[in-house]
Amino acid sequence: MFRSAMIGLLGVIAVLVMPQPVKAEYADVVINNYADAAGMRPVVFPHWYHRIRFRCKVCHADLGFAFKAGGNKITMAKIIDGQFCGACHNGEISWSVENCGMCHSGIPGTPTSIHGSTVQRLVAPTYKALDEKEKAQKK
Amino acid sequence: MTMRKYLVFIMALLLAVMFLGTESIAADKKEAKQSGTVSSANIFNRLLKKEKMRNAAPAEDGIHDVANDGTHVLQPPLIAYEGLPNSDFGNYVDWVKSLDDGLLKPRYDRFDPKVEPLVMDLDIVREVKASVPDVVFPHKPHTQWLHCSNCHPKIFIPQRKANVINMSAILLGQKCGVCHGKVSFPITTKSCKKCHSKEKPKDWKPPQSEASLKTPWR
Repeated sequence: MFRSAMIGLLGVIAVLVMPQPVKAEYADVVINNYADAAGMRPVVFPHWYHRIRFRCKVCHADLGFAFKAGGNKITMAKIIDGQFCGACHNGEISWSVENCGMCHSGIPGTPTSIHGSTVQRLVAPTYKALDEKEKAQKK
Repeated sequence: MTMRKYLVFIMALLLAVMFLGTESIAADKKEAKQSGTVSSANIFNRLLKKEKMRNAAPAEDGIHDVANDGTHVLQPPLIAYEGLPNSDFGNYVDWVKSLDDGLLKPRYDRFDPKVEPLVMDLDIVREVKASVPDVVFPHKPHTQWLHCSNCHPKIFIPQRKANVINMSAILLGQKCGVCHGKVSFPITTKSCKKCHSKEKPKDWKPPQSEASLKTPWR
């Protein structure tokens, strides 16, 4: 009897402790193509911060970023090579790659997504977070 | 035996919910007392969703890891948005107006802050079959931010009547929806009129199909 009562209580507590909805800024992009598997926090890219400093054209025409979250296979090797983020984040136009935590600042396990996206709300997500087994396999 | 167990389980659940309910009512009473003489039961549209927190700082936004030192170095959006004109959706900032008013000076070239954008001032009017106002597409604000090659010819064929655009495609992230609804202003019930901005002529009638014109019961 006591046990079933406890289970009931636990159920209610579980509902209360459920993750809260995110309040992130519109168009914040979480990029988690490789980060989780590499044991890094996913990258959070704030569109708002960059659009105050650059027009869309700079990244989406000059640097070749596709209009798709997670659609650019960005790796640290490419960034250090001066591609994608590395075109500016090189210590000349902006701070360079040794500030890991300023980009890799997302909550581990967050899937690739654009916050506030209509498409994402309407279409089932194509991304599936890795579970423990798959993580171990990748390592 | 098992029946009894289930009953007890359900009772415990109910009790817990009741306990929680009374607790929240108690909290409401407290708030009402604090706010003065008006009952908190009279809040307008109390059953609608509460207005969500706008422009949260990185540490409170739910996607940044609080345990990460870098999170606390990042700029909170509200500091950056100070003095910029408001809007009702997206970042709650009217980006196009802030650019027009000269409040923002984003670079058009990565290195050279003096490079001026290639602006084209051409409005495209798209007649809409439905009774909503027609769409006016202004090239000007788009070319202020983007380059021709961003849209043409991959997303929009630069030719009259060559593009089939409808709201379902846009909502699914095609055509205008490649940017609108993700980064540029979102598609909400508040933002329809930003595109659907040209009133239909007074004698406008909805287009009718052959079948409906021929039907004898009209």
